[in-house]
Amino acid sequence: MDIRAQVSMVFHLDKCIGCHTCSVACKNIWTDRKGTEYMWWNNVETKPGTGYPTLWEDQEKYKGGWEKKGGELRLKLQGRLGALTNIFFNPYLPTVDDYYEPWTYDYENLFTAPEGDDQPTARAISMITGKHMEIEAGPNWDDDYGGSPVYASNDPNLEALTDDEREQMSEIERVVFFYLPRICNHCLNPGCVAACPAGAIYKRGEDGIVLLSQEKCRAWRMCISGCPYKKTYFNWSTGKSEKCILCYPRLESGQAPACFHSCVGRIRYLGVLLYDADQIKNAASVPNRDLVEAHRSIIQDPFDPQIIAAAKANGIPDGMIDAAQKSPVYKFVKEWRLALPLHPEFRTMPMLFYVPPMLPVLAKIKDGKYDNADVASKSLAPLLSSLERARLPLQYMASLFSAGNDEVVAASYRKLIAVRIYMRHKTVGDISEEEALEALRAGGTTAEEVEAIYQLTAKPTMEERFVVPPLAREVAIEQTIDPFTRKREGGFGFRHAPQRGG
Amino acid sequence: MFDIVLFAVFPYVAVIIAVVVGLYRYFNDRFTYSSLSSQFLENRILFFGTVPWHYGVIIILSAHLFAFLVPVLWGDLIADQTRLYIMELTGLSLALMSIVGITILIARRFRNVRAKAVMSFMDWVLLFALLTQVILGFWTALVYRWGSDWYLHTAVPWLYSLLLLNPEIQHVTALPWEVKFHMLGGFLLVLLFPFTRLVHIVTYPLTYLWRPIQVVIWNRRVAK
Repeated sequence: MDIRAQVSMVFHLDKCIGCHTCSVACKNIWTDRKGTEYMWWNNVETKPGTGYPTLWEDQEKYKGGWEKKGGELRLKLQGRLGALTNIFFNPYLPTVDDYYEPWTYDYENLFTAPEGDDQPTARAISMITGKHMEIEAGPNWDDDYGGSPVYASNDPNLEALTDDEREQMSEIERVVFFYLPRICNHCLNPGCVAACPAGAIYKRGEDGIVLLSQEKCRAWRMCISGCPYKKTYFNWSTGKSEKCILCYPRLESGQAPACFHSCVGRIRYLGVLLYDADQIKNAASVPNRDLVEAHRSIIQDPFDPQIIAAAKANGIPDGMIDAAQKSPVYKFVKEWRLALPLHPEFRTMPMLFYVPPMLPVLAKIKDGKYDNADVASKSLAPLLSSLERARLPLQYMASLFSAGNDEVVAASYRKLIAVRIYMRHKTVGDISEEEALEALRAGGTTAEEVEAIYQLTAKPTMEERFVVPPLAREVAIEQTIDPFTRKREGGFGFRHAPQRGG
Repeated sequence: MFDIVLFAVFPYVAVIIAVVVGLYRYFNDRFTYSSLSSQFLENRILFFGTVPWHYGVIIILSAHLFAFLVPVLWGDLIADQTRLYIMELTGLSLALMSIVGITILIARRFRNVRAKAVMSFMDWVLLFALLTQVILGFWTALVYRWGSDWYLHTAVPWLYSLLLLNPEIQHVTALPWEVKFHMLGGFLLVLLFPFTRLVHIVTYPLTYLWRPIQVVIWNRRVAK
């Protein structure tokens, strides 16, 4: 047993309103430099949709993540020798057009244009070439479907649906979407780390944050293909890959990452999970159906004395174990089994989990009211939430969150429905007790658990949402580096401006 | 006198600068120690340039190096006429492949606005230096036939004499000017090495063949 700690995340999709505040908070802090204009370490996608970069989920296109070949787990992108022979040209690299060409506007023209009969305009200028350009795509080009069904219909997850189901989705009464905010998953079996020929990407042992050394990166570009979530980005100006750093400077000073902190819907939870690193390979190798269960099984109970002893033996400080015990992520993922990993079939073991969004039910408006004539029971319950009447087929959610195993997603949903019906019964009272108890039974849950889920979902304090462990890096590095090394020397960072190219 | 400067002094100057500046740059500005890939900005034309260029030039360079390191073995190899023909023909084709490759790369940098936007002055210098060098090499192979043979009796002894710190320039001074330029061009590229993106040659990530596939870094290794 090799117990390690991982700063992990839960995004509660039911609460996401798609406002992009997280993306903007991140952009303002980390990616407003030359070469990073197109990068959104945090982005919010409309689902169904093709996402950012376009069709990132299509691993036949970009060869991200792992696959099982002859019983062995190997990178879809390359073998070791393949990496060295493809190094001059990576055939599976997304280009800037798969994201979008960043631009600004020629505002100066508004002031300097010569007097004439027409209004001067500010034309778009490429931030790469500095020349005028036609805007053909942009961040969130297909936000809220972008006014057209063509983006959504290319979503790779729709392959899991029947033709009938797909057709129904474009009916006007059934139109439905939800938001999927994405950051780096800080995986346990990261594809980017494994793909990097230079060995520049690494996982921090103490907290599991995946970082990319700017000094070791040699622009071989394999990480960009290797990450199935397309969460490493190429800085075309410095020739270095960059990625989400989980705001580790903020974490180290006890604050939540900027995207978490700024989240308007308060959908984000951050906490520590303890896991057994010896089991990673096995858990990542099980058949698709069992991936979610295997993922849950390597997460260990932070209250188990045996686990605590093993964690301490491994040098995990008490503060970290304490944070693991208070972790909201542990509750959502392991205790309540509500939160699921995104695309577990990529087999990178992502440590960002999603509580699936409650699916809107199918209903029509008649005389200004919900028409529920076709519902057998006259109760409100099936209208609040019903798996059978969900507008998005369960198979779609299973394709996103459980590698196609709809039982796993259904179990999560049944519990979420139980919470909704039981709390409606308690607070509004228009649902009978029998029905509420029936929902609890169907959800495989209890009144106490439902109350706890409700509490952490609807009314958590900031301290309950973000249980940031004391990372205490300044203490940790004392063993190997004098913390005053940089004092009165060059300060932090590089001695030269990180500037290259034309 | 001029020949001494070119063939006995310049090579040493080039190598010393390459090593000293190369090391200095590695330890003081490691951030820039790579090629600045533009594949992200333009990858359709790049394929037709970079692949023939790299594979062509790497194989040719290896042949140069191989013949220099084990001249006797190389001599045996080309002693047979058929093998000599094959060798010459392969060399010519690869040289042509490199010329086509680098020409495409240069044209791409001129014509594609995105690829052009990330070019630095030294990138242009390097591109044209490389183009000149492979054209001279190709010309030499084409016009002064059986270079795989006379290389062993001209450049190789000269290079060995340089290596032994006892330059014998008489092995090369009588050669035609194209050949001499090709030889000096080689050392010019050595000189350019630390100042350009050529440094990416020494960062070729061979260690990927054996390194552990996952990398975990601890501040302090925990005792297991």
